Amino acid sequence: MTVQVGTVYLLASLGEIYAERSGILNLGLEGIMVMGAAISFIFTLAYGHLAAILASIIVGILMSLILAVMAIYMRLNQTVTGLALTMFGLGLSGFLASPEIRRIILLALNPSLPERLLAIQEAPKLPEIPVPGLSEIPVIGCFFRQNVLVYISYMAAPLMWFILFKTKPGLSLRSVGENPAAADAMGINVFKLRCAATMISGGFAGLAGAYLFLGFQPFWQEGLTAGKGFIALSLVILSTWNPLKAILGAYLFGGVEVIQYRLQLFGLGALSPYLLAMLPYLIAIAALIAVSIESVRKRIGVPASLGIPYSREE
Amino acid sequence: METLVELRGIVKKFPGVLANDRVDFELRRGEVHALLGENGAGKTTLMNILYGLYRPDEGEIYIRGRRVELRSPRDAISLGIGMVHQNFKLVESHTVLENIILGLRENGLRIDFESHRRRITELAERYGWRIDPMARIWQLSAGEKQQVELLKILYRGAEILILDEPTSVLTVQETRRLFEALRRMAAEGKGVIFITHKLNEVMEVSDRVTVMRKGKVIITKDTRETTKMELANYMIGRQVIFGRREASSKPGAVVLKILDLKVLGDRGYPAVNGVSLEVRSGEILGVAGVSGNGQVELAEAIAGLRKPMAGRILLNGVDATGMDAGKMIELGVAYIPPEGNKLGIVPEFRIVDNLFLKAYRYPPYSNKILLNWRRMLGKARELIEEFGVVTPSVFSKAKSLSGGNIQRLILARELSGIVGGAPRLIVAAYPTKGLDVGATEFVHDLLMRYKEMGSGIIFISEDLEELLLLSDRIAVMSGGRIRGVLAREEADAEKIGLLMSEAAIQAG
Repeated sequence: MTVQVGTVYLLASLGEIYAERSGILNLGLEGIMVMGAAISFIFTLAYGHLAAILASIIVGILMSLILAVMAIYMRLNQTVTGLALTMFGLGLSGFLASPEIRRIILLALNPSLPERLLAIQEAPKLPEIPVPGLSEIPVIGCFFRQNVLVYISYMAAPLMWFILFKTKPGLSLRSVGENPAAADAMGINVFKLRCAATMISGGFAGLAGAYLFLGFQPFWQEGLTAGKGFIALSLVILSTWNPLKAILGAYLFGGVEVIQYRLQLFGLGALSPYLLAMLPYLIAIAALIAVSIESVRKRIGVPASLGIPYSREE
Repeated sequence: METLVELRGIVKKFPGVLANDRVDFELRRGEVHALLGENGAGKTTLMNILYGLYRPDEGEIYIRGRRVELRSPRDAISLGIGMVHQNFKLVESHTVLENIILGLRENGLRIDFESHRRRITELAERYGWRIDPMARIWQLSAGEKQQVELLKILYRGAEILILDEPTSVLTVQETRRLFEALRRMAAEGKGVIFITHKLNEVMEVSDRVTVMRKGKVIITKDTRETTKMELANYMIGRQVIFGRREASSKPGAVVLKILDLKVLGDRGYPAVNGVSLEVRSGEILGVAGVSGNGQVELAEAIAGLRKPMAGRILLNGVDATGMDAGKMIELGVAYIPPEGNKLGIVPEFRIVDNLFLKAYRYPPYSNKILLNWRRMLGKARELIEEFGVVTPSVFSKAKSLSGGNIQRLILARELSGIVGGAPRLIVAAYPTKGLDVGATEFVHDLLMRYKEMGSGIIFISEDLEELLLLSDRIAVMSGGRIRGVLAREEADAEKIGLLMSEAAIQAG
């Protein structure tokens, strides 16, 4: 259960780490995730799981391109553009997945769909695939009774860590986020690289949205991400922009959320469920406050040019 | 000897400026070629064209006799051109090795840290440098950072090296070491272009010198066949007087007394660590030292912009420790901040607004509620006249001014005092940095004039020449401490440099 919730955060924060390491703060995460969820909902009904996952990645990339153009090439304020993207995603996903519009889209995508599928609010969940042998082990066996996207996240995290810290493209990416002028002087195309990193964050956010819907709660409701994108953003900070540490952080946040569900289940009446539901967000805020302290910032290594547009003339 | 670089008829226009006007330039194999000129003469623009950062509007570039198009630094690097910029372009939080191999074009995606480490160490040793490739950039001194910059381009096999004002952050001893390394590179058959506005350095290190003024090349000469005086005349276009200025006034009462002052820097460590100083009226106290050794923090503490953590500041005998900037202004402190264009003006405000950033709160420029615009405008026109701010009107935005004029504006505001009369204490932090010879002379004259009018002056600078020219006493600062105070009679560049580096050795 912890892993299942944590994977939402892990996938979203892995991409965001790349964007922020390149100097781009993608605050549109929440909006891209919710779009990913909506798209995966519609495409699962029309074509099945694989198409749904691919489509949500593509839509995530396209949405992040909006941010890339505005923040990188037009050098607009990243906080404002990112938040605008989130609002846009929340609105558009609600529109596309609303019953009437969804029906039109589904019929356009696949005219042969039976009437029953045109109206339902849910989609088939991604199947769990136990790994032979490993899933039999007590305690840790639960890590190996998951769906395919969870396994992808297991592999993606170390792979992305390796690329970031041990390869040349990774070094270029980190340099661009620290000191774009230095990277530019060494012949690195700052704009292209930042654009690529932003697209990676969009793709992962789209995937995270697809996972949230297909792998965790396959019942559509508007704004079903409920701030999970913002928790992923604070997780990026908590993990000090390191994909490996993001695994721990993701499962920590996942665990907190699971505890909250459980407590509710056991009917701890004294504690209001609203208070418990605030728990993950409170931890996120605490993480943000901690990194806003100047001395902490220096120690954990915030990418020095995060949020600052680059232009060659200045 | 083979010609490495030839620039023919280079023209580069920026909005409103002709930065390069049909410039010809040539670099030969095995020479150190100085490119001399004042700020704004177009030296850096020309070199940025050679490095592919700017594209020329007209003109041709030949590298080793072949005509080339340089679209980006990448093109330049692949032709064996490397540039060390005036402001280091290093990623502070990364290691030396990571900075050096950044953007390297090589097969494979993985980085072979071990072999790079070995090759970098070997290369550094060739020039007598000892550098740990695994050290992080922020741990290095300015001199070492520059070595990393040079290693960065040498590692790519560059043989056309461009250095833009490389000595501005170095101590005398570090400069000497750099020059030795440059001579060795030239002896190996590389070509070195050395951008500077310091005549001494041209004479010391270069084989040939090209002088630029207002976007044009004035002359190219063998260094052996010219003199400092001749070069200065080419550079300025008129006669310049070198020499110490004598003032008739004698130092008076103590204006500022600092006792064991400790001030925190931005990183949370003490930047000023137990400084005691005294400045008398009618005296200029020079503060020498490589920048970043606590000078700015000291100045900001005196100006009331930074709260001291320990120690005392006495102004005319009044304890002013921990007072804010407003109080300090009322006590007669004028502050000329470093990087005037960033810290000294509000760029979007008009000139008249900037001139009255301090005085608007006091009569006769305002009563309790209303500003007296008529009076302010009148005074503003007087001030821009007196301080020679060149501008179409007092209503122009401050950001439209050139660097020299911005500095004049700041001086006009600070030195005119809040309600007239000379300030009692002037704290000038790098007031001539980045200014050309004309504007520098103006600042020097002004400081001398206020000294004679009885102001006490703290004059922080990295330029030993001007410190020796103006100061009555010179305090040498390093590592947040005063390492010694020399009277002008006994001070010279050698002694000051020694005080700086001795301290560095003591500090380990």
